[in-house]
Amino acid sequence: MNKDTISKMVFFILALSSISALALITGFIFIQGLPLFFKVGFANIVFGTKWAPSQGSFGIFPMIVGSVCVTLGATLLGVPIGVCCSIFLVEYCPASLSNLFRPAIQLLAGIPSVVYGFWGLLFIVPFIRNNLGGPGLSMLAGSMILGIMILPTIISISEVSLKDLPRQYKEGALALGMTHWQAIYSVLLPAARSGITAAIVLGIGRAIGETMAVIMVLGNAVALPESILDPIRTLTTNIGIEMGYATGDHQQALFATGIVLFVIIMILNSFAQYIARRK
Amino acid sequence: MAKISIKDLKFFYGSNEVIHGISLDIAANEILALIGPANSGITTLLRSINRLYELTPGARMEGEITLDGDDINASSVSITELRRKVGMVFDIPTPLPLSIFDNVAYGPRLSGNTNKQDLMVIVEKSLRLAAVWDDVKDRLSEAASSLSGGQQQRLCIARVLALEPEVILLDRPCSGLDPISTTKLEGSLEELKKDYTIVIAPHNTQQAVRVSDSVAFLLMGDLIEAGPTSEVFVTPKDTRTSDYITGRFG
Repeated sequence: MNKDTISKMVFFILALSSISALALITGFIFIQGLPLFFKVGFANIVFGTKWAPSQGSFGIFPMIVGSVCVTLGATLLGVPIGVCCSIFLVEYCPASLSNLFRPAIQLLAGIPSVVYGFWGLLFIVPFIRNNLGGPGLSMLAGSMILGIMILPTIISISEVSLKDLPRQYKEGALALGMTHWQAIYSVLLPAARSGITAAIVLGIGRAIGETMAVIMVLGNAVALPESILDPIRTLTTNIGIEMGYATGDHQQALFATGIVLFVIIMILNSFAQYIARRK
Repeated sequence: MAKISIKDLKFFYGSNEVIHGISLDIAANEILALIGPANSGITTLLRSINRLYELTPGARMEGEITLDGDDINASSVSITELRRKVGMVFDIPTPLPLSIFDNVAYGPRLSGNTNKQDLMVIVEKSLRLAAVWDDVKDRLSEAASSLSGGQQQRLCIARVLALEPEVILLDRPCSGLDPISTTKLEGSLEELKKDYTIVIAPHNTQQAVRVSDSVAFLLMGDLIEAGPTSEVFVTPKDTRTSDYITGRFG
């Protein structure tokens, strides 16, 4: 074997190890979680509303609703702010200011999620309790924290897709007598649509998978929420809270929760890739 | 009176002076070709006529450019109005991410014309003038990006025409085009000059000979010679001009 073949093999094996980690985890989750689906029934788990593992009820529907609601709330808060921020950075911001903005946004991505959760617990939760009522630990608190946490993802990917547009788009639009805002609204944003959509979908994926920060502020009650001030539990927090003491079917039910989460995130990521590739 | 009058134009990128005081008059309904080697300041000169240079950070002009006697840099001039009067076509086709129809109808819509029938008339007229109507008449609702490069470029000219400008600036409009599209485009220029004043940076000197009425030769930011195309190409006054047009440099 010559040196080139050897180095090729080394890289191949290292590359393989990263993929095999994915395969191992996926395989493990499915091996652990799938039997319960057959034992209890798919519908009883996914659409069941009663979660009482000690009595044999494993309905995770309230958590699916919880995940969807919290993520939706985070999207409603985070997407407009994030997209507008990226437009500002690319189109309006003087270089001196963007040199301050960009590292700050990167830093936002670097804050550990437990710190977000802690800050939410000490600041957002009492704020909601005192001003809007309810226990404070709520869907709204979770959405606000997640809305902030997805900003770096949305901003940086939208910014890149806006910045990578050929400069002739903007010049062509301005040369037609458009104002700067008209050029942004009717030319640049539509042209960057696929990139911005991908940014939003990846942000949603990040929000739906986040665990630590939301455990601390959601209240974690297993019930279908009636208002945004109600405490709720998500798929991720269900695993996070109960994994310490679950055994037997209960433990399998947590893996089943993981499977549902896994499938949702896979769908979102494939969707993001599909959108990003479509031109 | 000249349609466009440039007086002692100096142009800077930061502290770098790229145009060193050019004075040039452009008559109405003529095609002026700006020729010269790379880095002569031709694109900069074009972009100063519709003030598109302002997009470039650090770019600055001195001197005066007037359109119909009015200073284009006067504070009373609306930049969007100016750019509607002075349309521009770029070196690569820049269709908007819209349908073919909407690309052409965009300008008229911006200026408040939303009547569907009016728009159809304007769109057809503009596409015919730009010699692209026959190519696209059956697919007006398709995306502009589905057209070939040559068709896209003629669509961009149609888009400018739909604004009913007075002046059209063309910055090497044929650089990405095949010979057939180039011929069609040059043919439409001949038609267009009846109604418009055209300033073109041709992509070679042969094109300047074919399409222009007068020609200005720029070199390293200086205007070396300007005059009727027939005179400049047959009896150039400056040796640098004759060197350039006979292909000794550039």
